Amino acid sequence: MTTDHIRATEPNERGDGEFDADGIVPVAGAARPSGLVLPRYRHDDPDTHPPMLFPDYGSTNLRAPKQPLALLPQRLTEVTGPLLGEGRLGELDHDLTRQHAGEPQGQRIIVHGRVLDGNGRPVPHTLVEIWQPNAAGRYRHANDNWPAPLDPNFTGVGRTLTDADGHYRFVTVQPGAYPWRNHPNAWRPAHIHFSLFGQAFTQRLVTQMYFPGDPLFFQDPVFNSVRDPLARERLISRYDHSVTEPEWALGFEFDIVLRGREATPFEDGEDDD
Amino acid sequence: MTEHPDLTPTFGTGAAVSTDPTPVAGVALDPTPSLGSTPSQTVGPYLHIGLLWPDGPDVVPAGTPGAISIRGQVFDGAGAVVPDALVETWQADPDGRFDHPDDPRGARPAAVPGFRGFGRSATDADGRYEIRTVKPGALPDADGETEAPHLNLSIFARGLLHRLVTRLYFPDEEAANGTDPVLAAVDPARRATLVARPEPDGFRFDIHLQGPDETVFFAV
Ligand SMILES: [Fe+2]
Repeated sequence: MTTDHIRATEPNERGDGEFDADGIVPVAGAARPSGLVLPRYRHDDPDTHPPMLFPDYGSTNLRAPKQPLALLPQRLTEVTGPLLGEGRLGELDHDLTRQHAGEPQGQRIIVHGRVLDGNGRPVPHTLVEIWQPNAAGRYRHANDNWPAPLDPNFTGVGRTLTDADGHYRFVTVQPGAYPWRNHPNAWRPAHIHFSLFGQAFTQRLVTQMYFPGDPLFFQDPVFNSVRDPLARERLISRYDHSVTEPEWALGFEFDIVLRGREATPFEDGEDDD
Repeated sequence: MTEHPDLTPTFGTGAAVSTDPTPVAGVALDPTPSLGSTPSQTVGPYLHIGLLWPDGPDVVPAGTPGAISIRGQVFDGAGAVVPDALVETWQADPDGRFDHPDDPRGARPAAVPGFRGFGRSATDADGRYEIRTVKPGALPDADGETEAPHLNLSIFARGLLHRLVTRLYFPDEEAANGTDPVLAAVDPARRATLVARPEPDGFRFDIHLQGPDETVFFAV
């Protein structure tokens, strides 16, 4: 999503950078005539997210909107969001290697990290959903028919909540790369799909986690649709020897950053609930 | 748009900066440190294994008095149905409240038992999605205006590298829609794409990703 797709100025924009008599920058989030004080989430730098239209990824051609996005000022519906809890979790949802009678094939890995907001603060008790193919690169999905074996002991679906420090942890197996038909000899680099809610509608994020040094990056239009190279790097997990368990599993760290809030002079102790 | 400097550190080298800003009266706070967000990626064609819940479409439980269905189809730029999209909804309760700490009127459970506020439905082979909910109330706006009853929708699909966001308004709220600040800012010629159509048991809201009837999508 890029700013060049956005038109119109925010109708209730007040922050013009000038100081009022009290020396307070009148940023959005300050008290307004009705007295409603709302947090406001910063917009990401334009090249952080992929553009909607990215012709190298053929499926965007008929699905990316042609009209520019309109700016939706953040009001109550945008700064709130579903706070989904334990009710969404099954006992073994965090361990994809223990969901069947036997163990799945493949390299056992531990994927962990923190969910943070753009201010560096942990996002606690938030739902993290993941899904992935098996070690051979095949999803347990009716539409995935390429000739790689299914694994009767692997579903490839996980869910957990972050703890009070925003930390999450999954045990799974290293997903395989898989072919697709986007371009000749096209292969997706190994990845795990992630879904995050954060604490507000504005923070909702669906992304993919990749593995360090994958030789398939160069030809993958999904990965390369992120134009800012630093932002692209943030999609790659880090091998984490401190989490690797001896004679058991390799550790990978993947921190996820959701949009942060603007500071507001009238707010104190955000989210102390 | 708010521009801000990208002070993004590389992961694993101190991204987890902890801050605890202490507000000081009369001093504008600096929102630093500012970490760059993790980029969005497409949900892909196999979202169903990961994101479908048995009760996903149930914003309210079956049998809830006054429950309505909201359903529609998703179309691509060739007019073909999109059979692999996911539609998520988020809305206020019938009193216009959110059970959320950032509702400045106070978090309060809805009067409707089992109200979740959130729904999700994948489209089927005909591009159809459907959720069961109750109509939300109108909302006060920070500027003293009133927002007409609405649902926020997120659309995910293969070929969408980032979710699309739109809003659903109700056709039986003509007066409220007429003063809604979001509708007012939308090109009048395209406003109708945000208003659902009545059906016997609820409302129909089709989503056109492209084409002459392209739905208005928002950057939030
Ligand atoms: Fe995938």
